[in-house]
Order: sequence, then C-alpha cells, then structure tokens
Amino acid sequence: MKLECKVNGENREADGVREGESLLYILRERLDLPGSKNACEQGECGSCSVYMDGMLVCSCLVLAGQAEGREIVTVEGLADENELHPVQKSFIEAGAVQCGFCTPGLIVATHDLLERNAKPSDVEIREALAGNLCRCTGYEKILDAVKLAAAKNGNGA
Amino acid sequence: MTATQAPGKSVGAPISRVEGHLKVRGAATYAYEHRLDEPAYLHPLQSTIANGRVAKIDASRAEAEPGVVAVLTHENAPKLEAVGDAELEILQNGEVGFRGQFIGAVIADTFEAARYAAGLVEIEYEERETDADFRPDRDDLYTPEQLNAGFEPDTSVGDVDGALASAAVKFDATYTTPREHNNPMEPHSSIAVWDEGELTLYESTQGVYWTQNTIAPLFGLDAEKVHVISPHVGGGFGSKGLPHANVVLAALAAMLVEGRPVKFALTRHMMFSVAGYRTPTIQRIRLGADAEGKLSAICNDVVEQTSKIKEFAEQTGTSARMMYDSSNIQTTHLLAALDVAVPSWLRAPGEAPGMFALESAMDEMAIECDLDPVEFRIMNEPEKDLESGLPFSSRGLVACLREGAERFGWDGRNPTPRSERDGRWLVGTGVASSVYPVFSMGGNAATIRADSDGKYVVEIGAADIGTGTWTTLGQIAADELGVSFEDVEMKIGDTKFPNASGAGGSSGITSWGSTLVEAARSLREKIEAEHGGNIPDEGVEASAKMPKNPHRKEYAMYAFGAHFVEARVDEDTGEVRVPRMTSVFAAGRIINAKTARSQFMGGMVMGLSAALHEESVLDTRFGHVVNHDFAEYHIPTNADVGELDISWIEEDDPYVNPMGSKGIGEIGIVGSAAAVANAVYHATGTRVRELPITPDKLIS
Amino acid sequence: MKPYRYERAEDISGAISALADEPEGAFLGGGTNIVDLMKLGVSTPDVLVDVRRLMSDDIEETEDGGVRIGAAVPNSDLAADPTIRTRYPALSEALLSGASGQLRNMATTGGNFLQRTRCVYFQDTTTPCNKREPGSGCSALDGYNKNHAILGSSEHCVATHPSDMAVAMAALDAFVVTHGPNGERRIPIEELHRLPGDEPERDTILEHGELITAVELPPMGFSSNSKYRKVRERASYAFALVSVAAAMDVEDGVVRDVRVALGGVAHKPWRATKVEEALRGEPVSEENFRAAAEIELSEAEPLSENAYKVPLARNVMVRTLSDLSGEGR
Repeated sequence: MKLECKVNGENREADGVREGESLLYILRERLDLPGSKNACEQGECGSCSVYMDGMLVCSCLVLAGQAEGREIVTVEGLADENELHPVQKSFIEAGAVQCGFCTPGLIVATHDLLERNAKPSDVEIREALAGNLCRCTGYEKILDAVKLAAAKNGNGA
Repeated sequence: MTATQAPGKSVGAPISRVEGHLKVRGAATYAYEHRLDEPAYLHPLQSTIANGRVAKIDASRAEAEPGVVAVLTHENAPKLEAVGDAELEILQNGEVGFRGQFIGAVIADTFEAARYAAGLVEIEYEERETDADFRPDRDDLYTPEQLNAGFEPDTSVGDVDGALASAAVKFDATYTTPREHNNPMEPHSSIAVWDEGELTLYESTQGVYWTQNTIAPLFGLDAEKVHVISPHVGGGFGSKGLPHANVVLAALAAMLVEGRPVKFALTRHMMFSVAGYRTPTIQRIRLGADAEGKLSAICNDVVEQTSKIKEFAEQTGTSARMMYDSSNIQTTHLLAALDVAVPSWLRAPGEAPGMFALESAMDEMAIECDLDPVEFRIMNEPEKDLESGLPFSSRGLVACLREGAERFGWDGRNPTPRSERDGRWLVGTGVASSVYPVFSMGGNAATIRADSDGKYVVEIGAADIGTGTWTTLGQIAADELGVSFEDVEMKIGDTKFPNASGAGGSSGITSWGSTLVEAARSLREKIEAEHGGNIPDEGVEASAKMPKNPHRKEYAMYAFGAHFVEARVDEDTGEVRVPRMTSVFAAGRIINAKTARSQFMGGMVMGLSAALHEESVLDTRFGHVVNHDFAEYHIPTNADVGELDISWIEEDDPYVNPMGSKGIGEIGIVGSAAAVANAVYHATGTRVRELPITPDKLIS
Repeated sequence: MKPYRYERAEDISGAISALADEPEGAFLGGGTNIVDLMKLGVSTPDVLVDVRRLMSDDIEETEDGGVRIGAAVPNSDLAADPTIRTRYPALSEALLSGASGQLRNMATTGGNFLQRTRCVYFQDTTTPCNKREPGSGCSALDGYNKNHAILGSSEHCVATHPSDMAVAMAALDAFVVTHGPNGERRIPIEELHRLPGDEPERDTILEHGELITAVELPPMGFSSNSKYRKVRERASYAFALVSVAAAMDVEDGVVRDVRVALGGVAHKPWRATKVEEALRGEPVSEENFRAAAEIELSEAEPLSENAYKVPLARNVMVRTLSDLSGEGR
C-alpha cells in the first residue's frame, strides 16, 4: 500500500508499505526519521512516543493504515534547526539523559505534558510519564528536567 | 549549558554530557540507525524445544514469499571455526540446547516480510527430555573450576564449624534471588556487512574490541578484518559485554547476501532468551558472634544455575570474604547445569545477589545481638582485606554509614518492627552496606594529537553505554594536557581507534583514564623535548599503552557505600512504596559530579527494582521465561521512585589509578535491595528472604 | 504478522456488512491490544475494518439523567470528562489506572471492553492455550498462574479479564449498545463477558460482526459516591492483581444500596452480588463489610500460586467500602 501523511510539517509518502508495518517502522526505516525508538514494540515502554493529530501515542502500535492522512510530529520536529526546545535543553542540563534511548520518547511526552499542564506537581509528572520506561536514570533527574522545562516555559524561554 | 572549564580544572566539574544535544534531538546514531544502502532485514528462527535437535526444516514456503531474500538454516549456514563456545557456534548442526536458541533466520527486503516468512518455515524436532528445574537438592550440583572474573569457587579461613558451634549468638537462614534480565532499553542490534572477506559490524556493544576479539576467531579471521562501530549504545548493564549469538547470526546471514547490509535487532521477547541474564541464587548464610556482637563466623554457601551448553558461574559469595571482620570465613559455590539459556553478566554480578543475602543477614543478626544495624556493621569493620591479607587502599564504609545515618535521620530510630504507621501505611527504615571492587582491564592504548590551533584529538576504542564516557574521558585528558575541556575532542566507539577494554566491571575509567593520562604525559613530553614546548604547524601526536599499576600488589582496592531506605507497606494490600532513599558512597575522586550522580542513582533504582519487581519466571515444563515482556516483567516506572538523596565522601586514594577514581557503575545497585528488604521488615515484622518483595508475600 | 487487508468503512452499516462475509475479519478501534496480538501471531485477522473514525466520540447526558458514551471516545477523554469525574468517579479512576497516557489516548471505550487476557500462555503461540487454540490444553492450570482467576474459572481456562474500565462499568450497571447483522441490542455489562466454561475462546457474547457503538450509564443517584481501587505490583502502568469498583448509598449509618465489582479475579468483571445482597439494609461497619466479602469469596478456588488473591480481594473490598461509607481510617 501507499501511505501519505504529514510528518513534522512536511507532506510525506511511502510506497510499497506492507499493511503490517507500524508507524514507527515507517518513520524509522522509510522516512529516515530514526529519532523515535523501538524498545519493546508493544506499547509497554513509550520510547516510540510521537504526536498523531496532536495526541501523544505509541507509534509502534499504530498500523500504517491508521496513520493515513494524519499529522505526525516526532522528536525531530520539536527543535528549530539551530535552537533546541526548552524541554530538550532541560534534559541535558538536569542530567536526565544517560544512554539516551528512552530520551526521545520522554522529550515528546514531556512536551505533551507541559502543553496540557504548564506547572505540574511532582506526583502529576511521575504519573504522566509512567508510560515512558527508563532503565538508566532512576527517573529523579527526569523529574528535575521537567520542572526545569516548566520554569523555562514560564519565563517565556 | 556547558560551562567553560579553566585549563586543568575539568575533573570533578558537573559538565553536561557532550553528546546530549544529539540524544535529545533523536540524532544520536545507535547501531540499527546507521544509514546504509539497500539494507536487508533479519528475523530469526528460534527453537521451540529446550533439548533435542532439528530433524527437518522446510523453508520452501518462506522462500516463496515476496520480499524474502534468503533463508538461513543449519543446512546452508557458512561454517564457523570451532572455538569451544556453544552459545556462539550456532547453526553448525541441528542441535538445540535451550528453548529460544537460534536455529535459523529469514532475510528479507522489509522487516515485516522477514517476520511473516519466519512463521512459514516448517520445523520438525526430535525432542529430548527437558531438565530445567533449578533446585538445591539436585544430586548433580557441581563445583566449577573458577568463578566469573577468575575468583576461587570455595574459600575457607579458620574453622567456621568450630566457631559456629561455640558462638554465643548463631544465625542460619537461606535467601533466594530470582533470575533477572538486564533489559537495557535499546535491544541488542547489529548491522553486518561483508566486503571482500572483511566484516563490518555496526553494533550495540559495551566494547568494540571485545566484539572484535570474540567474533573474528569464529569466522577464522584476523582481528583487524572485523571492524566494529558503536558510537552510541542504549544501555547494556552487562548484557552487551560478552557478545551473544545475535551478532553471529547477523554476520552469518550477511554472508549469504554478501555486500548487502543485514539489520537485526532483537525484539523485547528475544532479549529474554538469547541476551544473557542473572542466574537465580540460593544462599545459605550462617553467622556466629560473641555476646557483644563481634562476628566470629561468616559463611555463605551458594547454589546457582548455568546452562548445559556453556558455563557461567556468578561470583555470588565473594563479598562475604572481605566485607566484615571475622577469623573464620567460608564461602562455597555449587552449580546446576540445565537445559536453559546461557546466563551472563548483569550489573554487579556476584555482589548484587550476594550482598542482598549478606546484608539481610547482617540486619537479622544485629537484631539477634540487640544492636543497632549501623553500629553492628561498624563494630565488625575489618582492618585489612581478609581474603588477600593486604591493606585496603582506602575503605570508606564507616564514613558512609555515619554520613548516611546523619543525612537520613537514623538516630533515635525505634528498632521495634511495626512501631510506626501513617494511616494504613506501615512505615519502616532499613540500612545496608555496599561494596564493589576496583577492577582494571588490560589491553588499552590511546593516541592524542595536538594541532597548532591548540585543539587536541583523543582516540581510544572505549565505549559509552550511557555512562558518560564521551564526557569524562575528555575531562581526564584535558586536565592532564593542562588545557580546557572544550579544546579536547574525544573519539571512541570504533575499532579504528586504539585498542581498548570494554565497559564492564566498573573498570572503564580506571582502564581508559589511566591510558589517557599516560598518553597525555607522553605528548606533553614530546612537545617539550622535540618542539621546544610549542605545537608545530603540522601538529604532533603521541600514543601510549596503559601502564601497570604497581600498587595492585600492595593494596586491596574497593569502593564502598551505604544505603538508607524508608519503606511504606499498605497493611491491607501488601503494596510497598519507597518514598525516600539516602545513599552515600566512597568511590575515590569523582570525575564528573553530574554523570556520577546519575550512575549512582541508576544503580540504586535498579536495586530497588530487584527488591520489589524483577523476576523472570521460567516454566520448567517448557524451559523458557514466560513473562518475557515489559508488561509482565516489571521494572520501576517514574511513579515508583521517590526522593533520592545521593552524596559521596571526599576520598583521596593515590593507589587505585592516576586519577584517584574508583568505578561507580555498579556500586549503586549493591546492597540497595537489602536496604529495602530490611526496611520492609522494620515496617511489617515480616522478613522476606525471597526476592522480589511482591504484595503476595506480605498479604495475610 | 500475517498479511491482512486494511479497510475503512463509510458508516456503521457499511462496517458491519464489510465483515459479513469475512469470518476471519475483525474491527479495529484504537488497536492498542489487537495490533500487539497480531505482531505476536495470536490474532490473525485477514481483514481489519477500521471503525474508530466512523463512530461517535461524544459524551452526552441522556434525558433520563444517564450518560451515553460514543464507542470511539478515547479512554483519556472519558476519564477527563467533568460529568464522569463528578458523577461516576469510579469510572474515571478506573480509566486513569489503566495502561499509560499514550495508550489511553489511542484506546477507545468500545475497544477497552474487548481486550484479551494477559495470560502469558495465551500470548505465546509456542505454548498450549485453550483460549487461543481450543483443545490444546491450559498451560496456566499447572504453570505460572500467580495473576490468574480465583472465581468462576474452569478446567479449560483460568485467565482473567484485564480491563479496569469494564470493572467500573459493571459496578455502575452500564449497558453496551451494539449493532450487528441481526440489528441493534442493549447488553448489560454483566452479561457482555462470559465465564470460560468449555468455550474459553469466547470472551464475550458478541456475535461475529457485532460492533459496540455506545455505552450507556444509567442514572444512579449514589454513583457520585463511587470509587475504584486497584492493587498492582507497580505504582503505575501495571495490570491489576485485584481491583474493586464500588458505589454506595448510605443513610443514617445504614447501607441503602451498594454496587461492587471485582477485577483481576475472574474471566470477566466480577459483579459481587453476594456482597451487595448481604449489605443492603445493614449497618455500616467494617465487620459487616468483612463478613459480606467473605461470603462472596467463599466460593473462591485459588490455584497453586494465587491464594493471596483471596485475602487481598477481601481486604480491598473492606477498605473500599469503608472509605465510601465514611468509616475508613
């Protein structure tokens, strides 16, 4: 099948797609956007989190057909060419990045959280990001990064 | 922001990791993501029996599927050299030694085609009886010749039986730890390409040279014919240290389609069968003490498991040999060899399960002796390493216990279990010690080039598996070169750079850092001696190997730590929460305060995870782990972690290495599960000696 | 996964007719469960009819004072809906305790009911399972059954239903509205899911091609005094060991009316009717709650690894009822 959708603001198409392919596979292997990670392939870790029509989803569980005509935003679409998004900067500064494999999913999930809740409490952060597993950090610095990003956003950064 | 560091002042600073900007953009290139033309995709065939042989394999339907390029089986697999490693010598015959073992692969133009076609391959087995039952009363347990890292399996000092018989206070209990899987977030991944008899592997590995040195002999190649490229690695925790059969499978498959890159990433399910794991352990701990609480006997008798096809013997009992003072110490290790997948390293192999048992027992013994568990440990502090007889290069355990007790607010603790509650929550606190050896690995070299513009390029085939190597090695080099951090560019993660050991045994900084210090000194001397102190226009470079550390023969070298935990247990449901954890470490000089904190913290939470969540359930009828995904094999979520207070004591150890640093990748996990278990006991009065501490073990 | 045809229907009747001649076809809602099962080879439909965009995603109050929920309403939207949060808090809490934010965004109300069991043997095509392959045997019966059923199971299947939402819906007396080849019907949640008996392959009473199009919550005066309590091995993002949804009407220290349903204990959301009968008209007290819970659980038949669920279910019922009655500590 042929898939057409908008990714990071551009109209993209992929030819010769098998119906069983996930949006994640198409992003990574057909559209040269490997930022979204494949760590469990069954919606249990959040590493593949992207926006689909403005909604945070696990792209590993979105079938090609379900993505047809949709608007997708991936981690690659959050930063300007020269300037990182405040969420991205905060993750670096807070030391919330280690191996980095869960990071893209967490960046998108944090972006989504702060869009919905500009000043989340610790409990809200921990629950909102519970769908993004991390094996390196112990999460504490991720919490710090989200709070730092919230503060930056608040300052209009 | 990365603050500019003054020349010579980088080490110790909390510098943000240099590759962070790539990772947050999704632009860091992991193994599966190297852009190569026309890749083919591999999906493996895995055995569905645990013991037997493949009697018949019919790939005709798979081969006919559109998009399929080739099907690899033992019938058409290229021959491997016999290197004596049955885990890696796959597809050389139809033999099956464990369930999930690779017995073939489908190579196709897309992943989906490969996965679907793999299901079309028809396989018949001749099955033999499966023996996968790990029990301590088996009559075929045996003592291995040596343990992982070369440790002796059995040790005995003094007369343990006599000391136990005459002890005023005696303690004897058995602890178990379950099978656990490493589960780095990035699955093991490879892209393999053959070109004119040379193999290039884009790998997710803890050591490019470890991979090269393991894979080259299997294919009968000189090491330099295997190129390994691994700039970014999505975690390893030991499972990407010793290469597993997935690398061999990718390389074999790539031979069938010579010139075409073959991509292979394990699925999460596969990571539970072919990528290593921690053995389950059964540990009988016996302690004896005099009436004052001075230990007279320490004994850990360990039973653990290995695979019939390849031995791995975890050094579970070794920390009991040196942790506390006693004239009588005995440790033994027995193995059960089963029809199961091959166990391997998992963060702090040996210390992590061993210290769960020992530190739980120390808590129980303190109670038996009517002593505070912190004081009980301190009064049994040894003056030297009782195993080697050598003095410690530095031993900060007491300082960690005291500092931790202060930070945590331990003083005044009511030792009586169930003495504190908050609504339906029973609240308790617990403590445990931590230890990890300062390992050093051989075979390291580095090259540093100075350019006339004052920039330096440092090359070494080291690995960054999330630990911070890209950054910390730059700090070490910058200080030794006497330049600012920003003037040093690191090049690691590729066999085109000089030989290096891998990231394992918390040995990376000791091994690579010592080498860089030596190379930097050589370069400075060369600039001084040959160029009058100025870098010539054409630049100058120097190389060096890791020097021998003469102090290794004179001192026993360990990092230490202490964990303090508050646990809350819901008395109706047995749910356990850990709202806060305080840990203090004595690990020599800290190279980077930011990345170090993360390393400690990650270890602590992995210990918390072992305490409360992790357990790979092996169904003995089938021989495989049945809870083989993240839905059923739990690791903590963000919501499971509370406040983590981490600090370290200043420790000046001139003997461990030129930086004065000790490895910190593993010390955090050691003892933290025991601290949780001890806190759960204090909260509830229920002693759980079998990890993990799940609600079913606390409900009544 | 097995090749299949992806189709979108124009409307509900088109969707139903699209499956009429496709015995191996299935509807696709959010896909959060079936896509996983297709990757695992557990589900092998040859056609998927995507119905997510043709069904209602509205939450409307009905004339009788109830609420009608379109089957395509995402779990996250339903949980956040102000009417649901205030009038049916147990439902909102149940939804928020399920899965993760990402999955709740994608998962639909209709689809949530139709999740398959998380039994590890059901999900592993290399092991026998009567639900996946009738007649092959139940591996859980003598295997890893720590998370399995204690009520209403059979020798053929001891699996549990994984939905949190459905447990709350059962306690709230909800109905599903379906459209199928034989027209429209309204099914009480209690009757939607089946016990395994000797046909464990059938999770629900729905016929092939029958589509859940809406859910109706009837008016229930005391549903605002409802609660969902889920016990799990992690603080978040884990399936229930045991869960309880309950609603209670208390007046002058007496239970006027009560609804209780249990999750994680049976092949279906388990409506604890014996608890309800025992408590109606009785004074509010922890002893009464405990006695009622024990009546319900007297028929429990634990397996080799899940006896803990009996005291756990009892304790969680007692606690939840105590909390709702104002008697909780």
